[in-house]
Amino acid sequence: MSIDRIGNLFSGLSRRDLLKASTALGVSFLLPTLSARAAEKRGTERAKSFITLWMNGGPSQLETWDPHPGTAIGGPTQEISTSFSGVNIAADYPMMAEQLQHLSVIRSLVSKEGDHERGTYFMKTGYRPDPTVIHPAIGALIPHQLETQGLEVPPYVSLGDGQWPGRGGYLGDQFDAFRVFEPGRSVQNMQARVGEKRQTDRLEGLEILTKSFRQGRRYQSEKSLHQDTVERALTMMSSEQLKAFEIEDEPESIRNKYGDSRFGRGCLVARRLIETGVRVVEVTLNGFDSHANNFEAHTNRAADLDKAFAMLIQELRERDLYDSTIVLCIGEFGRTPKINPLDGRDHWPNGFSTLIGGGGLRSGVLIGETDPTGTATDPKDPIKVQDLYATILNQFAIDPSEELMTPIGRPLYICEGTPLKQLLEV
Amino acid sequence: MNWKSITLYLPATAVIIGLLLIVFSTAFPPVHARIDDSDHQQEITEFNSTVSRVNQWFRNDWQAAGLSQAPPADEKILLRRLSLALHGTIPSLEELRRFEADQRPDRLQQWCREMLEDPRFADYFAERFTRAFVGTQGEPFLVFRRDRFRNWIVEQLKQNRPYNQVVQEIISQDGLWTGEPATNFMTHAVLNGDVDENKLAGKTVRAVLGQRIDCAQCHDHPFADWKQHDFEGLAAYFGQVRLSAFGVEDRKNQEYKVEDRITLEERTVQPEVPFQENLLPDSGTRREQLAIWSTHPDNRRFSRAAVNRIWALLFGKAFSEGAPYYTRVDDLPDPEDDEGTGTALDLLADAFVASNYNIKQLIETIAALEVYRLDSTTDEIDDSIVRQQIDHWAVFPLIRLRPEQVVGSMLQAASIKTIDQNSHLLTRTFKLINENDFLKEYGDFGADELDERAGTVPQALLRMNGKLFEESTRPSPFNATPRIALASGSPEHIIETCFLTCLTRYPSQEENQFFLNKWQDEKSDRWPQRTHDLYWALINSPEFSWNH
Repeated sequence: MSIDRIGNLFSGLSRRDLLKASTALGVSFLLPTLSARAAEKRGTERAKSFITLWMNGGPSQLETWDPHPGTAIGGPTQEISTSFSGVNIAADYPMMAEQLQHLSVIRSLVSKEGDHERGTYFMKTGYRPDPTVIHPAIGALIPHQLETQGLEVPPYVSLGDGQWPGRGGYLGDQFDAFRVFEPGRSVQNMQARVGEKRQTDRLEGLEILTKSFRQGRRYQSEKSLHQDTVERALTMMSSEQLKAFEIEDEPESIRNKYGDSRFGRGCLVARRLIETGVRVVEVTLNGFDSHANNFEAHTNRAADLDKAFAMLIQELRERDLYDSTIVLCIGEFGRTPKINPLDGRDHWPNGFSTLIGGGGLRSGVLIGETDPTGTATDPKDPIKVQDLYATILNQFAIDPSEELMTPIGRPLYICEGTPLKQLLEV
Repeated sequence: MNWKSITLYLPATAVIIGLLLIVFSTAFPPVHARIDDSDHQQEITEFNSTVSRVNQWFRNDWQAAGLSQAPPADEKILLRRLSLALHGTIPSLEELRRFEADQRPDRLQQWCREMLEDPRFADYFAERFTRAFVGTQGEPFLVFRRDRFRNWIVEQLKQNRPYNQVVQEIISQDGLWTGEPATNFMTHAVLNGDVDENKLAGKTVRAVLGQRIDCAQCHDHPFADWKQHDFEGLAAYFGQVRLSAFGVEDRKNQEYKVEDRITLEERTVQPEVPFQENLLPDSGTRREQLAIWSTHPDNRRFSRAAVNRIWALLFGKAFSEGAPYYTRVDDLPDPEDDEGTGTALDLLADAFVASNYNIKQLIETIAALEVYRLDSTTDEIDDSIVRQQIDHWAVFPLIRLRPEQVVGSMLQAASIKTIDQNSHLLTRTFKLINENDFLKEYGDFGADELDERAGTVPQALLRMNGKLFEESTRPSPFNATPRIALASGSPEHIIETCFLTCLTRYPSQEENQFFLNKWQDEKSDRWPQRTHDLYWALINSPEFSWNH
């Protein structure tokens, strides 16, 4: 494949022309050093990555991974047995039932945040909202703590139209998740609007203006990092790694298996990004806030989630990427055992479910249990998201108890939890 | 005249007399006593004396630190600073032409005053104050109406109501959030149906007193004098607030109880202020007392916080972020620490109190200061000296424009005429829709918009390749680019006009030559496209997206 002309996403400019223009700009970025080698490594040799499947709105544990059919709280949801012996899940997930042996099931997550925005903040950062500081999402912490050299696309990508994608918080906006609203379609703003001759002209004009603004302002200009972000943007526009965002050259059979939904395409792109060396990907599935018609809503969501999630696990395993990639399926909270008069379920941050696997974590572990009568509020063996994140950080060899300094000089732990021994390989 | 005709004619006569009275009073308004010239003169003297005292303070400060100051900035750049700070956009070409034609010796001061009277000022500043008090969230639904609060602030600014009175109303107002918009400060802190006293205490201290007490909610402040006890005492002032069918009200007999973090037992906490108890009034509800205490002329935290915030809105960076404090906008040190030394912040705070908390006058004062009018360039080449110059305001700081300033400036640059409330409805609608789309992608800074932030790659991509730039600048009958190209007559003139429209300055000789070379031998039908490309370079230049 020619590296001069980059795929149909970037018909405007060739890499060579951009490089030429950028050299004229005095840009000194390096050619893709990404180590084809690092990205090509497999198995436990490979650097770790992390995919979150974000269930936006708060999925019902009872209609997903913790069904209680035949009880007063169970509703019409049926269960099926799975490859994980003794663990049944909702009947809407037959493909996940086949893959479940490769994951662990936690049915006892607890939180104190029952509001969507606050709940999302807590579940993405491991910290409750605090008016004096914005904590970084776990997804932002990982690239902050680890080397991402050679990566020309952002190390933390959010796929789909999530309302509150992970943020860099006190680490800085440069650690915010890079948002792609329509995964697999095109990456917004990545293509120059004019042909190569005009773009070169424009960049030359920009160079003159940048130079004259620097006169007498060298220190302040350098500190502003303005030029740096422009250069990184230009690098990204011409990077071959951008092909990871495309799915056209995937066989149709593969694309069909993920499903032609925003979420299905997102999961396929997530796999491609991980293969390219992106460290953290978040894929959002919207539509779980089922205050009315809970059961119908969840069946509809399952149609997208079941096949995409199952295919992701299957493909990561087939490509020997699963041992290096943690996959977590989680939302901001669960839903009430009680069914309301609109046949809906409301917010429930006490005892909800998540699936986690890969990345060297143990599979086939079941943690926690909720009360089938719905009377006991607290689940057995309650698990805090902080501990879950400490477990994930542990796999990246990041010490959660290390302190980071916020801009106002306040020391904060990377994560306030301790790793869950049950999930660590012995 | 019989009774029947009286009943027939009397109401009609009354209506006619009434109408005549209205017409008369409109045509001949009562003549109020004119402002006494001597009062006005005194105001001017005080204004000048504040400006010269603060200027002197900085001169002394630079001398003590051994720093030279930057040269004065060009007046057009000062106009750009003011326009960005007060209206959130760069000046329009139309405004620039008028400014250049203005021969008044104090034209900048006059323009500052006119900008403050422009409805765009109240609108833009109201959003900034709204963020400081209630953030950007739209929740909680039903009981919180951010739009009402914001519109109410707009009205207060239009009337230039004394700032202390505005804050008093925000802290102490009763009633429904729809009818009494100031009460939305209380309801923005509603969590699970109840008012969160802790959030209100923390927010009041930050927004009103410019300090941070929040961490004392759980433990004593590690490096300031705030104790957990202080936090609870302040929170107790909000401990009687309840929501009822009548809206926000205080239940006077209600005790404020907290769960002790150590014994886990419930205990009653009495309202208590952490300092200057003598400023508390004897009567009033708890909130009324807190409102009077926190805005008392002798409570220097209040006036210092107000000045620090206004300074931040004008410079893009709070006074406290430089020497001698080096703290964020809402993290000012205790004023007692400055006793005897008195910084520029104190001088301005004193003048603010003496002006009866006049926000517009404070803005005019800061805009007239020498430090506001310095250039952002320096001859110094040693980085450590330049850093000191910046910290001591001896050179104007380079500050990244906030997202709403970037989008406002892009749209303004794409139009020759000023985009304001007189613009065509379509123009304003286009502006609104595009602003929202752009902000969604660019990211909104939310309540902490005055914090320093780094630029991001997606923002650079959005500026370079985004829809907004393309749609508002491509050669089309609705955009300025083809009109500039066709009306300007010559490439020199086009280049000059584009520089003025986007960067509020003329091109340097070198720049002029460079772009002229590009235009050489181009036929005039290619000028619109050339203009479009020049616009791209100008709008993507650091000069465009930084305040300087």
